[in-house]
Amino acid sequence: MTGFSDSLQLAVSLILSGDAGLWSIVALSLKVSLTAVAIAGLLGMPFGAFLAVSRFRGRGALIVMVNALMGLPPVVVGLSVYLMLSASGPLAVMQLLYTPTAMIIAQVLLVLPIVAALSRQVVEELHDEYREQFLSLGVAGVRTIPTLLWEGRFGLMTALLAGVGRAIAEVGAVMIVGGNINHVTRVMTTTIALETSKGDLGMALALGVVLIALSVSINAAMSFAARSSARLAYA
Amino acid sequence: MFRVMAPIVVCLFASIASAEFIILQSTTSTQNSGLFDEILPQFENETGIEVRVVAVGTGQALRNARNGDGDVLLVHAKADEEDFVAQGFGVSRSDVMYNDFVIVGPRGDPAKVLAAKTVDAAFSALSAGGAKFVSRGDDSGTHKAELRLWARAGYEPSFSSGQWYIETGSGMGATLNIASALGAYTLTDRATWLSFGNKGDLSVIFEGDPTLFNQYGVIAVNPIVHPNVKAASANQFVEWLLGDAGQAAIAGFQVNGQQLFFPNAAQN
Amino acid sequence: MRDIGHEILAQSLSKLMPLRTQLPSLQLAAVRYRASNQVQIDVPKFEITGRGISVLVGPNGAGKSLFIRLLHGLISPQAGQINYDGQPVANGGRRAQAMVFQKPVLLRRSVVANLKFALKFSDTPKAEIEDKIAALLELSGLSDKATQAARSLSGGEEQCLALACALARAPKMLFLDEPTSSLDPNATQRIEAILHQAAMLGVRIVMVSHSMDQTKRLADEVLFMANGKIHDRLAVETFFDGPISIAAHSFLSGRLVP
Repeated sequence: MTGFSDSLQLAVSLILSGDAGLWSIVALSLKVSLTAVAIAGLLGMPFGAFLAVSRFRGRGALIVMVNALMGLPPVVVGLSVYLMLSASGPLAVMQLLYTPTAMIIAQVLLVLPIVAALSRQVVEELHDEYREQFLSLGVAGVRTIPTLLWEGRFGLMTALLAGVGRAIAEVGAVMIVGGNINHVTRVMTTTIALETSKGDLGMALALGVVLIALSVSINAAMSFAARSSARLAYA
Repeated sequence: MFRVMAPIVVCLFASIASAEFIILQSTTSTQNSGLFDEILPQFENETGIEVRVVAVGTGQALRNARNGDGDVLLVHAKADEEDFVAQGFGVSRSDVMYNDFVIVGPRGDPAKVLAAKTVDAAFSALSAGGAKFVSRGDDSGTHKAELRLWARAGYEPSFSSGQWYIETGSGMGATLNIASALGAYTLTDRATWLSFGNKGDLSVIFEGDPTLFNQYGVIAVNPIVHPNVKAASANQFVEWLLGDAGQAAIAGFQVNGQQLFFPNAAQN
Repeated sequence: MRDIGHEILAQSLSKLMPLRTQLPSLQLAAVRYRASNQVQIDVPKFEITGRGISVLVGPNGAGKSLFIRLLHGLISPQAGQINYDGQPVANGGRRAQAMVFQKPVLLRRSVVANLKFALKFSDTPKAEIEDKIAALLELSGLSDKATQAARSLSGGEEQCLALACALARAPKMLFLDEPTSSLDPNATQRIEAILHQAAMLGVRIVMVSHSMDQTKRLADEVLFMANGKIHDRLAVETFFDGPISIAAHSFLSGRLVP
């Protein structure tokens, strides 16, 4: 256990020292993952809500698919995006390989199913609750989506946080499409992988502690924002 | 008027071009040794060209370069490099530097490798199976060198895969981590070993046989096959690497007072 | 809740809806409906028109809730037609109707926000919305709780709010599914007073009730339903004193209905 306490100390000193290299890596991790979650949220929440309120043939199969895609292996997504963006691939002209944008694209693909599946669950429960009342008021089908999304905002927040967790912790996809290039596409998780491969286990673990602290901070910040907006929400 | 404008315009172009970067596909072992952190800034200072290193396994580096996802390739798998050029994906291949492989193992030396005088004897000792041996198992330059050495010693290690012969399918760092945790032997390049931070109980058990020579080669990716390649900057880098400045930079790179790579570009 | 004077309620209600001259008409023909595990609704011919309050009573599982939902167009019959003023009620006829459910369904927002939401789907011009909201708050007795979270109200207050939301759209027909079955006497009294006033202003009301006392207080006519069929349709005095079907008789005597 001495290994863990040493790493813990190293983690604290890293955070307090304000090491510029570390903070630029942290900043890139946040930029990539939070952007990916924002995009996945903008696409996934309305889609999940649509799945929740609509009835069409094949709906059941589509829901099963979306749920299953939550388990997409990151490394498979990374490989697929690489093949698309490669100079030999169909989207070569966009010149996105080995850039943070490529990493964001890969993470959007990973986070989208989670946000969509969990949003569908949240909205479907609300839909069951409100359906008759809304129908009575004259509002039905996809026109209920904006209202249901707002009513379900706390459950949807949790869905987004699940997406943040998945994005900030994954390494397989960003490693392949980003290339772990120093100062360009190196994020927390790829740095941890690098330090491990150099045998620098103490540093790797310390960075892991920093990553966990980062994740806790994000969750705390979002929960605080949710709770304080809850007081304003009743307007 | 034109005599004044032209140099200004040229300077402007040069300063725009200095935001230029090239992608170097290379191996994790070269990256982890710290060589690139030392020599690449020197190149950038001289030419203004930033070199972005994508460090992956040898096989992946070759594949990426084949796809045109890199401008320069630097690996240590001569046969594969020559195939790469022969198939038209590279302009040409040149020797850059060399180091050597060493066999590392547990201090107790249960397989009795210390007594061996030649690399063949060392591998024969290992093939007796008295101790575990960890292999890269990933078609990398190191892995192919290891397989050649087993063949020379007259042994086919795959028969013992999963028993005392452990194939990790991973990079050098991950393989060394496993060897360290298991107290096993493995073949590694010296540069990676010297800069590795988790040696545990392992130390160099066998070294020095000329067969353990490990040659690195550099190739500019062929712009005819992949027009997106930044050919001019790539060529600038290759020439710098093979020229006096690059070779001196390589020789100047030391870890704990030891030189890790030995420049051996052909003299023109 | 303080004792409500009928004048105050009448005042608030009349701000919300004009006195009706044109009376609604809901017609059923050869209607059949059955969902899995539920009773078969079978109503060959039925019409609701004119003024007043009809109360639908009957044993559990008779299909009363289903029937109300058919009338309001929330579910469609598998055979036959239900037309409101000539239009199928499920396609637009619903617009002139409203419903209050047994358990109030309110948005997770303030009282005022719920009223605004209900008004959003009426054709109220923007200039009138504030006045209407004030009237609705007075009607439901929630003027001093306007910004409170709707879900933090008591059961009675929630149902008053739900009724206010239903009346916000000045419906011509109002359906209620056991609106006071879980409320205390105070809240029940207020709701009944509002319904009484609304009926006087011309809103045609059809409600399901389990309470014979409530039925006697509110009903102009009583509909008795058992096993998916309407056995009796009688003026309230006749239902409780006069000749009724055997099934209705068993029901009122507290015996199992054949």
